[in-house]
Amino acid sequence: MDFVARLGAWALAQFRGWGHAAFFFGDMLRAVPASLRRFGLVVAQIYAIGNRSLIIIVASGLAVGFVLALQMYYALVTYGAAESLGLIVNLALVRELGPVVTGLLFAGRAGTSLTAEIGLMKAGEQLAAMELMAIDPKARVLAPRLIGGIVSMPILAVLFSAVGILGAYVVAVLLIGVDAGNFWSIMQTRVDVLRDVGNGLVKASVFGVICTVVALYQGHETEATPEGVAYATTRTVVISSLWVLGMDFILTALMFSTP
Amino acid sequence: MTTDTFIEIDHVTFGYDSSRTILKDVSLKFPRGKVTAILGGSGCGKTTLMRLIGGVHAADSGRVIFDGEVINTRDSDQLYRLRRRLGMLFQFGALFTDLTVFENVAFPMREHTTLPEDMIRDLVLMKLNAVGLRGAANLRISEVSGGMARRIALARAIALDPELIMYDEPFAGLDLISMGVAAKLIRTLNDVTGATSLVVSHDVPECMAISDYVVLLATQGRIVAQGTPAELMASMDPETRQFVRGEPDGPVKFHYPARDIASDFGLGPGAA
Repeated sequence: MDFVARLGAWALAQFRGWGHAAFFFGDMLRAVPASLRRFGLVVAQIYAIGNRSLIIIVASGLAVGFVLALQMYYALVTYGAAESLGLIVNLALVRELGPVVTGLLFAGRAGTSLTAEIGLMKAGEQLAAMELMAIDPKARVLAPRLIGGIVSMPILAVLFSAVGILGAYVVAVLLIGVDAGNFWSIMQTRVDVLRDVGNGLVKASVFGVICTVVALYQGHETEATPEGVAYATTRTVVISSLWVLGMDFILTALMFSTP
Repeated sequence: MTTDTFIEIDHVTFGYDSSRTILKDVSLKFPRGKVTAILGGSGCGKTTLMRLIGGVHAADSGRVIFDGEVINTRDSDQLYRLRRRLGMLFQFGALFTDLTVFENVAFPMREHTTLPEDMIRDLVLMKLNAVGLRGAANLRISEVSGGMARRIALARAIALDPELIMYDEPFAGLDLISMGVAAKLIRTLNDVTGATSLVVSHDVPECMAISDYVVLLATQGRIVAQGTPAELMASMDPETRQFVRGEPDGPVKFHYPARDIASDFGLGPGAA
């Protein structure tokens, strides 16, 4: 009986948490139009969230492109299919690795930064001060960051994929000696803009919403202590990453279930 | 309620959760245009009282009345309208650390008015001049001391000339000079602007020196005494005397409730 009671209490707490997070998301969405009217705040956040994530995204994209080309070449050359290298690298990056790895990096770089910033603003009573000044913190602080995250994430994913393809080109064409014309032309003929690139962008946008909302929610709900902020940043990475991986499977199943 | 009452707390009960009551059936009136100090030890609900007045929390029961209007925390339009009439000084300033001193004071003006930038500049410098920090306008928040931060926060709190100014522990952690400056500013600003001021503190001498009225609170917001500073200083009530004189023991016990000391140290009957 005690176990059932504990299970019930746990389930109720979970539902309460989900409901609270849903209301938080709804409140932020309602604050978006007000934020858009003050476009300078949004631009500043796109710069802070997007531009400052560039180095890690570009470096990771390049490294992934290098390794992907090398691994794929060794696997394909065995079957005499090395000419498909460009296509496989492109599809792997545009459909999967671009959005997913960018999502995971975004959660680690921008997500933790957002959580810590909002958490410390809460701990320093800056959000409470704003509220008492009759200024809605959701419209002034949170919504511009939400828009910044949603706008930045697909752009970063595109950059990741583009740099990854260039990295693969360097390894495959310049170092290994795969035919350059073949490397590029197979991409042009077999990669569909809407189905492959478009769906990759949709994935990246969904991951952008997830990572940014999780980061802002964790920051906003953090316990106003140093330990609280530390736990919140950790939770941001763990929850965002699990969501990205889970949603990637669901979206892939929905988008690419037909050949 | 008389017209001289600006804020009324009417049988308010509040707790952050159901197991912990912070304020229990508290009723208070704060007169218009006066400095009222709310004194009491840590955890007696002083700051919570201010947050209820600001509509940050909703009372579990009872009413908070702001200039004749009952605060309804679910009515965000009303809440934001009333909040535009108040300014609050937070215990540690709550300044925006990504902005300069000037930008912090200009913040409410830029958010709530359509004043031209040159007029905002003049107003901000006037507010900073009032707290003696006109020369610090271009400093970053990380470059100012705790006492200066408190004064900048005060300049921000009065930026839109509020009718009610609430001060949460304005003297905590300040050196004697800064404390004297803060006390003088509170009194002067109140006299000059005609605002109603609420000062939450546990610093007795400073509050007694600048207040028109004093309310002494105990656990769960129980009102121990209220009146003019002179009346409280002359009070013969043991609890009031203990607090205003800072005596370590008395009706308010030095020790947190605990079991018998002998049994804690294994000296009681039957100990080995």
